[in-house]
Amino acid sequence: MPGLHAGIRSVIHVLPNEAWTGLLFTALLIEQLLNGLQLGVMLFLMAAGLTLIFGVMGLINLAHGSLYMIGAFACATVAAATGSFWIGLIASLAAAAGVGAIIEVAVIRRLYDRDHLDQVLATFALILILSEGARWLFGSFPLYLDIPLLLQGAVPLPGGGQYQLYRLAIIGVGIAVAVGLYLLISRTRLGMRIRAGESDREMIGALGVDIGTLYTVVFALGAALAGLAGALVGALQSVQVGMGEPVLILAFVVIVIGGIGSIKGALVGAVIVGVVDTMGRFLLPSLLALTMPASQATTIGAALASMLIYVVMALILAFRPSGLFAAQA
Amino acid sequence: MSRETTVNLLLALLLLGTPLLAAGLGEPFYVTLATRVTVLALAAVGLNLALGLGGLLSFGHAAFFGLGGYVAGILATHAFNAEPLFADIPATTSMPLIWVTAAAVAGLVALPIGAVSLRTSGVYFIMITLAFAQMIYYFAISWPAYGGEDGLSLSMRNAFPGVNTAKPLPYFLICYAALMAALLLFRAIEGSRFGSALQAARQNGTRLAAVGIAPFHIRLVAFAVSAMITGLAGALYADLNRFVGPSMLSWHMSGELIVLIILGGKGRLFGPVAGAMVFVFFEYVLGGITERWQFFLGLILLGIVLFARGGLLGLLSGKPRHV
Repeated sequence: MPGLHAGIRSVIHVLPNEAWTGLLFTALLIEQLLNGLQLGVMLFLMAAGLTLIFGVMGLINLAHGSLYMIGAFACATVAAATGSFWIGLIASLAAAAGVGAIIEVAVIRRLYDRDHLDQVLATFALILILSEGARWLFGSFPLYLDIPLLLQGAVPLPGGGQYQLYRLAIIGVGIAVAVGLYLLISRTRLGMRIRAGESDREMIGALGVDIGTLYTVVFALGAALAGLAGALVGALQSVQVGMGEPVLILAFVVIVIGGIGSIKGALVGAVIVGVVDTMGRFLLPSLLALTMPASQATTIGAALASMLIYVVMALILAFRPSGLFAAQA
Repeated sequence: MSRETTVNLLLALLLLGTPLLAAGLGEPFYVTLATRVTVLALAAVGLNLALGLGGLLSFGHAAFFGLGGYVAGILATHAFNAEPLFADIPATTSMPLIWVTAAAVAGLVALPIGAVSLRTSGVYFIMITLAFAQMIYYFAISWPAYGGEDGLSLSMRNAFPGVNTAKPLPYFLICYAALMAALLLFRAIEGSRFGSALQAARQNGTRLAAVGIAPFHIRLVAFAVSAMITGLAGALYADLNRFVGPSMLSWHMSGELIVLIILGGKGRLFGPVAGAMVFVFFEYVLGGITERWQFFLGLILLGIVLFARGGLLGLLSGKPRHV
């Protein structure tokens, strides 16, 4: 690959100016597309848990972002103590799944036959408790997590750019999780029960499946996915209280676009949101610059780009009020 | 007089009496605290119209609250700098004009948001209203003209003809009058044909459609009126703090408004008032004891949701108003 890369570089140098800009633009475009994909994969990890929990238990869980935060804190703390990112990653899965299971048994279990208002309020209260609790334990200063040695460095892109290996690895993890979830749900006994739970909760209880345990397992699984997402992102950004909330709201947009309860919808929705958001921020300012002064275009472009995914969501809902892949009524 | 009416009257008198007493004793801090209760209650009265009467669980009312606040902030800033708003339209520091503008802007923004959101129901509605509010939040953050992330400070409180608004007590009385007017409006709507249709839409939209009233239009109007009241409260809140920032638009604010209603009692006339009193009381007392007051607020809230349904008014005046 390095040879090929050098080759492309040397070609670039002999190209005339316009073609060079074009190639540079292509490289930048590919880089941004990958960034969008990486954001999408991250959102998928969050949205898959949310949509699974809603599909099986009919519960709207605002505290999902707190589980993301817990994963990140667990990873950062354990990685700092042991010096190994990988042990931290395992710790983040364990911590998020553990806290998820505890929350499910102590609180969430009482909410399944309540209306959405009670669910929203109780999980909102959980956010206050978990956020303030995390601030209590870890303080207000952000923690930092290093990218593991194995995944440091960059990969050359066609067109002459470079791309961070770690971000590529995140995309790989996301694809692996998507495949794993697909196999889990379509091929295993647990998956069969989850599907049965989605279509008729009372019936599978009546057929002798221990529905309480199933719910705890599904909730812990969703929590572990959120924790994994938090740990992976923790190495890209700082780890701090409140980091889960923007991601949670994007994940809501994802599952609304995809259709609540549908894992496939979550995957498609996540990629749409990730790519549209990233490309909007990248392209809108330059597109606007064609019609107005550059400084103005940057400001207006940035402001419009921050609204873009919500506009896309509104458009999709105007045509498909229950999302692209509505799972059930 | 029913027991709830008695409780309501007592709450109204308590809310009026406390700051009067505090002002008499020379404790302006408590007057400001009571004003905070009043303005938050007003915002929640707006939400109560959609949530309590219409059963529309909007998780995005902070958008209208914040918009109202920004209308007040932007008009006052332009007036202070003597810049016209658009081409020739002058800005203003007159509160009545600001209120009308704030309510109008909130209502006009609520119409398209409601038109899209009301195509859905249940969890979708919750998440979509939340998402639209976030859209406005991010817009406010990334738009630098009016302070962006830092928000906008008002150099002085806006003016009300014949009243010195800079003093705490007169400003409280203005807010109190606005709250009482909103409560009267709420009761008038509740008892009107429109209110009956709205409550019928909550209970069974299909039946309402069967008697020839489209639930969508009823809900949309209710959503817009609800946003207008919350927008007005936002303008008053901006003047109270002499500051407006993105935090007024944040989803925590939306959550707090719902919490106020649930603490007090959903769908009840004075539910938001009781809720705001309890909330600000908790915030103040817990905040005085510990820096970690949000932790304990969360625990209390969780306890109320899980074990004490019906809110404070349910506790004080018994029987639920609707099943």
